[in-house]
Amino acid sequence: MDTFASTNSTSQRELIESVVIRFAGDSGDGMQLTGSQFSDTTALMGNDLSTLPDFPAEIRAPAGTTFGVSGFQVHFAAHDIMTPGDAPDVLVAMNPAALKVNLRDLKPGGLLVVNTGAFTAGNLKKAGYDKNPLEDSSLDGYRLLKIDITKHTLQSVESFGLGNKEAVRAKNMWTLGLMMWMFGRERESTAEWLRGKFAKNPNIAEANIAALNAGHVYGETAEMPQGIHAYEVPKARLQEGHYRNVTGNEATAWGLLTGGKLAGLELVLGSYPITPASTILHSLSNLRAYGITTFQAEDEIAAVCAAIGASYAGALGITTTSGPGLALKTEAIGLAVSTELPLVVVDVQRGGPSTGLPTKTEQSDLLFAVYGRNGDCPLVVLAASTPGDCFTMAVEAVRLATKYMTPVILLTDGFLANSAEPWKIPDINSFEPFPVKHRTEPAGFHPFLRDPQTLARNWAVPGTPGLEHRIGGLEKNYDSGNISYDPDNHHKMVKVRAAKIAGVGDDIPLQKIDQGDDSGDLLVVGWGSTYGAISSAVLGARKAGLKVSHAHIRYMHPMPKNLGEVLKRFKHVLVPEMNNGMLVKILRSDYLVDARGLNKIAGQPFKIAEIEAEIRGLLASA
Amino acid sequence: MTPLDPPNPPLTRKDFTSDQEVRWCPGCGDYAILAAVQRMLPELGVRRENTVFISGIGCSSRFPYYMNTYGFHTIHGRAPAIATGLKLANPQLDVWLITGDGDGLSIGGNHLMHLLRRNLNLQIILFNNRIYGLTKGQYSPTSLLGKRSPSSPMGSVDNPIAPAAFALGCGARFVARGVDTDAKNLIATLTRAHEFQGTGFVEVFQNCPVFNDGAFDHFTAKDVAAQQQLHLEHGKPMRFGDDKGLRLRPGSLDIEVVTVGENGVTEADLLVHDETNRAQAFLLANLEPPAFPVAVGVLFRSDENLVPFEVGMHEQNKQARARGLGDINALMRKGHTWKVDGDPTGDQPG
Repeated sequence: MDTFASTNSTSQRELIESVVIRFAGDSGDGMQLTGSQFSDTTALMGNDLSTLPDFPAEIRAPAGTTFGVSGFQVHFAAHDIMTPGDAPDVLVAMNPAALKVNLRDLKPGGLLVVNTGAFTAGNLKKAGYDKNPLEDSSLDGYRLLKIDITKHTLQSVESFGLGNKEAVRAKNMWTLGLMMWMFGRERESTAEWLRGKFAKNPNIAEANIAALNAGHVYGETAEMPQGIHAYEVPKARLQEGHYRNVTGNEATAWGLLTGGKLAGLELVLGSYPITPASTILHSLSNLRAYGITTFQAEDEIAAVCAAIGASYAGALGITTTSGPGLALKTEAIGLAVSTELPLVVVDVQRGGPSTGLPTKTEQSDLLFAVYGRNGDCPLVVLAASTPGDCFTMAVEAVRLATKYMTPVILLTDGFLANSAEPWKIPDINSFEPFPVKHRTEPAGFHPFLRDPQTLARNWAVPGTPGLEHRIGGLEKNYDSGNISYDPDNHHKMVKVRAAKIAGVGDDIPLQKIDQGDDSGDLLVVGWGSTYGAISSAVLGARKAGLKVSHAHIRYMHPMPKNLGEVLKRFKHVLVPEMNNGMLVKILRSDYLVDARGLNKIAGQPFKIAEIEAEIRGLLASA
Repeated sequence: MTPLDPPNPPLTRKDFTSDQEVRWCPGCGDYAILAAVQRMLPELGVRRENTVFISGIGCSSRFPYYMNTYGFHTIHGRAPAIATGLKLANPQLDVWLITGDGDGLSIGGNHLMHLLRRNLNLQIILFNNRIYGLTKGQYSPTSLLGKRSPSSPMGSVDNPIAPAAFALGCGARFVARGVDTDAKNLIATLTRAHEFQGTGFVEVFQNCPVFNDGAFDHFTAKDVAAQQQLHLEHGKPMRFGDDKGLRLRPGSLDIEVVTVGENGVTEADLLVHDETNRAQAFLLANLEPPAFPVAVGVLFRSDENLVPFEVGMHEQNKQARARGLGDINALMRKGHTWKVDGDPTGDQPG
C-alpha cells in the first residue's frame, strides 16, 4: 500500500493512496463475483481502478486443489492508475490451495486474510501442505488475519433456514463485507445487486445480504491483531463526465453496435462459443433491439461464412473468436479479401499454440492476423490498448471495413476482455457518421468497379434490379469482374488489393508519442493490453531522469505513415510483448531499426517493475 | 415473407443465361441441369434480381457464373453457411444452393447437416456424380465400394453414403431426387422444392462423362429407365416397369418387389406413396438396383409447419424492436454509473 505522508487524525481510518487486493479461492467459491462487486462499489465511490480476473479453464475443478484456484485482483487508488497492480498488498485466501498458489505474489509484510474454517487436514493435503502453515512460522513475514469465515457465515445466515451447502456458499459475501469494512466501501449497491440476482428467491438474497452485513459488523466490532485496521482511499481526480465500469468485451460489443449505427447498416454476428470471446456473443445476443442479428453457428468456419454471406446481402457481417477459431476462419477470410466484402473479425487473443491456455492472456496472434492466409492476402489489423479503447477500435473496425470493402481483424486479448476499468461513457452523437451507400445505378456497373480514391469496389446488393452479377474466390478481371486466368491481370489484381489496404494508412491517425519527448535515448513501443504497464514503467523511468518515451501502436496493419520516422528519432527501441517477439519482428523488417524485444509469455500481464527494470538495464548498458 | 410480383413482361430462358461461356466438359450432365433450371425459372415467375445462386467448390459449383442472376461462388463446402448468413440478412431473397457429392457431403457435410435441420427457406441442388471431377477423378463419399480411382487404385474400401438418406437423417423436410437428362421430371421436382416453405433438398444423379461415365446407366439409360426407376407420386400406388410394384413384405418393415397379376397380387396390395411419411421415405431412399428400382421424385415433404430458421430469427428481431431500435447512448448509461464533476472532493496526496 502506498501510504500518505500523514494519516488523518480525525478519523480512525488510515488514509492510503492506493491498494491492491487479491481475492482467491476455489473456482466454486464465487471469487469472481466478490471481486467484481468490490470493484463496482469502488468505482461508484470515485476511485480509479483496474482489475485482473484470473481463473482456471475448468469450470469446477475438484474442490480444494491448486489447479482449481480462481483469483480476482483489483487495484484502486486516489489517483489515475493503469494496471491491476504488480503485487497484492492484501491477499484473501479462502482455502489452503488459494494460499499456496498466491502467497508468492503477496508483498512482504502484506496483509493476509485466511479462512481458517477451510484449513482442514483434507484441504491441506490437497493443496500439498505437509503441515498447517497457519500453525508454524512460515507466514511470519506477513500480517496475518485468521478468521473462521465458514463458521461466522453459518451463524449469520442461521435464521434463513438454508441447507448447509447454500449457507456455506454465502461465505464470499461475508468476506466481501469484511473487506468493505476494511476499505470503507458502501454495501448498498451489492445488496441491490443481490436482490436483483435472486429476485425469484428473496430468501437467498436476504441471507446473502445478512452475511455481507455480518462480515462488515465483524470488522467494526472484533478486536483486530496488531497492525490491522481500517483504511480510507480518497476519490481519484477523474476527468469530468459520466462514468461506468467496463470490460473490454462489453466495450467491444457496444463499439460494434455503434459502428453499425454510424454506418447505417444492420449487423449480423456469426459466432461460435470460445473462451475468452464468448461474452461478446452473449452481450450482443441480448442487444438485438440495437440493430443486430446474432447467430450461434455450428462451428467457427460457419460463423465467419455466415458473416460473409450477410455482408454479401448488404448487412455488415461480424465474427468474434479467439486464436484457434481464427485459425479455422482463415480460408473464409481470404474469400472476403478476394471478393472484397466488408467483414469485422474480433480476435480475443489467448495463450497458444493450439488450445494453449484458454483463460490466460497473450498477444501471440499478431503475425497470424497480419500475414496468416494463403496467397497475397492483405487486410486491416487493429489492436485495442485498454478495455475502454475496445469501444473506439470496434467503431474504427466497422468504419474501415465498410469504407474500404475489406475484412478488418480487431485484436484484443483475454486480459482486456475480462479486465474492468472506469470508463468515461462516450456520446455516440459525437462520432462522425460514415453512412454506407450501396450501388443502385445500373449504368456502367460491374462488380469490381473501384472508387478512384479509396480503391474500394462498389457494393451492389442482391435484390437490386439491373445489378445482377457473380462474385467468387477465383481471380477476377480488373475491368469486368468476370473470372480471369490472365497472368498480367492477376499481377494487377494482387497489386491493387495491396494498394487499397496500404491506402488505409492515409486514413488513420499519425503515430503519436503517448508519453515523453519526441526524441531521446529510448522509445518503448507497445501494442494492445500492455499499455498500462508500459505507461507506468516509462513514467517511473522518466521520474528517475531517463530519456525514455512511450509510443503505443493501435493500427497494426497498415501502420501509421510516420512510424518509421518516429522510431528513428530514438537511439534505442524496446518492444515489450506478451509473445515470443512479433511486433519487434515487423518493426525490424519494415523499418530496418535495431529494435529489441522484451518478452513475457506467462499467460499473465506484464508487471510495471519488469518493464522498468528492462528500461534501466538497457540504458545502463547502452 | 411476402412474395414479389412476377416480372412484367415475363422473362425467358435467355434472360436467365449469363454472357459467360460455359466451361464444363462436353457431354457433362451439368449442361442438362443448367438448361433445366434456366427453363424453369421463367415458369416460376421469379425475378432475376431477387434470385441468388450460392455454390461451393467443384465442377457443379461453377453453376452460378452461368446464371444471369445474383451469384456467389464461395469456398469448398461452405456454401450452406454463406447462404445462412445471406438469408439471415435478407430473408426475402430466393436462394438456390448448388453443391456436389464432394462439396456437400465430404468437406461440407457438417454445414449441410445444420442447414437441413434449421430448415432455412431455400433450395439445395446436390449434383451427385459419385466422383471428384475438378481434381481429376478421385473417389467421393458417394462412390461405390470397389471404385478404382487415382487415390484408390486397389478399389475403394470407403463405405458410401446415400445423400437422400443423409438429408432425411438430418431432419430435412423436403427430400427429392431427379435425373440430369430427364428434364421434364427434374423441372417438376425442382418446382416442388421451390414451392416448399423450408429447405428443399434435391439430389440429382449427374453423369460425369470423363471420370465416371455411365455411373447411373443401369437405371437412367433409355432402355432400362422405365424398369429401374420408380416415379413417386403422392397418393398413388408405387408402380414401375410394365407390371411391377412395391409392397411391404408381410410381417416386416422391409420393402419387396412384386408383380401385379402374379400370385394373387393386385394394385390394392401395393404401397401408396405418402410424401409426409418420413419412415417410408427412409426405406425409399435406400432402395438400390438391381434388387430394387431407384425412387425418384419427391420422397418426403413434411406437413408439420416448422418455421424456417431465418423467419424465426426475424420474428425475434421484431419482438426485440417492438418499440423501435434501441438507443445505444441509453444502453451504455444503464446500471451502475456515476458522474464526476469538475471538482472532486477526494483529497490529493501532498
